[in-house]
Amino acid sequence: MLLGPALAVSAILFSLGVAGVLLRRNAIIIFMCVELMLNAANLAFVALAQQLGPDGQVIVFFVMAVAAAEAAVGLAIVLAIYRHKQTLDIQNLNLLRG
Amino acid sequence: MPLDLTTPGGITLALTPELVLTVWVLVLMLVAAWRHRDAGVQREVGLLTVIGLVSTGLAVAWLWAQGATPVGLPAMMALDGFRFATSLVFLLGALLTVMLSLGYVDRERIQAPEYYVLILLGTLGMMFMAGAADLVVMFLGLELMSVAVYVLAGVNRRSVFAAEAALKYFLLGAFASGFFLYGIALVYGATGTTNLWLIHGRVLELGLGSNVMMIAGIGLLLIGFGFKVAAVPFHMWTPDVYDGSPTPVTAFMAAAVKAAGFAALVRVLHQAFDGLPIWHGAVWWLAVITMVVGNVIALAQRPLKRMLAYSSIAHAGYLLVAVASGSAIGSAAFLFYAVVYTLMTIGAFAVLAAAGTGGEQGVLIDDLNGLATRRPWIAAAMTVFMLSLLGFPGTAGFIGKWYILSAAVDADQRLLAVILVGASVVSAGFYLPPIMAMYMRPAPSAEAHQATRIVGAARWAVGVMAVALLLFGFWPNRALDAARRGGESLRPATLYTLGR
Amino acid sequence: MFWLFAALAVGGALMCITRRSPVASALWLVQTLFSLAAIFVLLDAQFIAALQVMVYAGAIMVLFLFVIMLLNLGRGSATDMRGWTGRLVALALGLLLVTELWVLVRSPLASPLQLPAGTLSRVAQEQGVVAVISDSLFRTYLVPFEVTSVLLLAAIVGAVVLAKRRL
Repeated sequence: MLLGPALAVSAILFSLGVAGVLLRRNAIIIFMCVELMLNAANLAFVALAQQLGPDGQVIVFFVMAVAAAEAAVGLAIVLAIYRHKQTLDIQNLNLLRG
Repeated sequence: MPLDLTTPGGITLALTPELVLTVWVLVLMLVAAWRHRDAGVQREVGLLTVIGLVSTGLAVAWLWAQGATPVGLPAMMALDGFRFATSLVFLLGALLTVMLSLGYVDRERIQAPEYYVLILLGTLGMMFMAGAADLVVMFLGLELMSVAVYVLAGVNRRSVFAAEAALKYFLLGAFASGFFLYGIALVYGATGTTNLWLIHGRVLELGLGSNVMMIAGIGLLLIGFGFKVAAVPFHMWTPDVYDGSPTPVTAFMAAAVKAAGFAALVRVLHQAFDGLPIWHGAVWWLAVITMVVGNVIALAQRPLKRMLAYSSIAHAGYLLVAVASGSAIGSAAFLFYAVVYTLMTIGAFAVLAAAGTGGEQGVLIDDLNGLATRRPWIAAAMTVFMLSLLGFPGTAGFIGKWYILSAAVDADQRLLAVILVGASVVSAGFYLPPIMAMYMRPAPSAEAHQATRIVGAARWAVGVMAVALLLFGFWPNRALDAARRGGESLRPATLYTLGR
Repeated sequence: MFWLFAALAVGGALMCITRRSPVASALWLVQTLFSLAAIFVLLDAQFIAALQVMVYAGAIMVLFLFVIMLLNLGRGSATDMRGWTGRLVALALGLLLVTELWVLVRSPLASPLQLPAGTLSRVAQEQGVVAVISDSLFRTYLVPFEVTSVLLLAAIVGAVVLAKRRL
């Protein structure tokens, strides 16, 4: 019975991912923190699937496809902005500030 | 026409509109790739896109007219009036966007026929999102829409503002997706399913009203949706992203993307979590803060594009009032307002696109001075859009707001109704100045507004939008009836329990 | 076993969000992803664990490292942490989330939904690890599977539009 501990680890990883997004200014590191959040959700799905049936594992499969799609587009956007600004520091971009 | 979604034939028929649209996506990609050396290919692809959107709309209308209903539990895709009505709203938004874009991409020298392909893919994602009967399909639809719109925001590769807008939109969007996904995980943990109907049944059967996992799941889903529809604590990306994107794309984001986020939100809250009163309070507060903050900050905006961005945040607040009622009238009011909002928002952005060049960030409200004497028709159309956004009697915006108010009063949320009226009064402070500038102030010079013109398909689009807003303002009955049918179709009629 | 990998995963995540250089961050993230793959095996999800190593740690992280190297971001310059207000907000939000989620994982699952203990591993032994997933994937989840293919198509088109040198 690893459900409780696995969900706890997943909760901690998710919180670390959120904290990382709020803490960092480098676009590519923020993106990695988002990947961490997705992985935390994957861990929750797999842990729940052990109790509730294999559907949870199938959802993880879809999440991986989504992560791959996001990575392709996200890194293309990163390349595009680097061409313009030669930096990925979002300080000048006023992210999270109205 | 009852359709059994477990058979290949049934699911194919149920997905006809989506399949038609996917085929058009593939056709357009082939055309763009085959003839990429031709200068005229971009225009050709744009016109084909119009045909594709219209034919998809016909497929939706056909399915709706057939009265398609699922046999037993709808797995993965819903078959109800709400899905068909929202699909038509998204297709309308996409169609108007494409009509604006035809001239705009030439003027701004955006050379990518894939622009239209991405609009179609984004629309496809919206249709999956609002028509999903399962949270997994909804998540994938959300991602399909988002991925397409991230790229559209940055499609003008010469503009550094567009690149920044794309990056910002992407990072915040991916962040929101993380919350959304974790919310799905917790709801799955609490109910053991991701099907919206089964969630509804199990919540009631197992008494999950105070289950911590369920409540946290709903909270995380709300945060995810909050980012997508730009409700206030999660709105910080909106002004900059709307400001930096090419104006037709901004119109698409403000109208169709927002409508899609709300449609999915209405479906989740009104269908799956119908038996859970817990979310009413949270949405109530979101609505209040969004209306107040959106309207107050919009007052201080001088650039027209930023003013419209904050105006779209304020309208998210009005739509949240419809959501918060949690009733069939509320979902019907949402549907009607979504149509009206699509027309008036895209219309306002169309006029903005005509009034400036190069991203239109520099167009101030004062730059409209004296437009009425030089371009009377454009000024008249802009007046209709502004008055409708304000909710002036005689325009469709008034009927839409009145319908939302009646939903709020019906759900015994009188305070919310009062705040909505107050916020609308405040909004006169930023919707009337453009009208006053156009009609009451003189043009700054003799050659002012020479470049302000709306040509080709965009002229038709603007005319149709303005006329439709006035028509709905005086004869809303047929549209209201359709909205009511769509809203009522959302209620779970059958309770699906574990022993089913 | 579980706690070893859990510690490795959390440690990797901590290092990932605090390291200055993007390359170091990416490598620590890879450690987290590998530890998660190990945890997936312990949770009877062998196929997903294999996918995790191949797709996530393999393909996606290589893409990340490739872009970091391409843009020559390897040498971390000045720290890119936000100021103290930002840190405090992040800390407060992070703590709030941890406590909230911690409370929640202590709430039990609704018992009528739970399969008897060991069902999944028994089914996996009878039908094979992949069969369990593929059956569900290509029957129940056929529609989302097709949506995924369209999603990947959209991502390809989008990446080409943004990154191609001349269109």
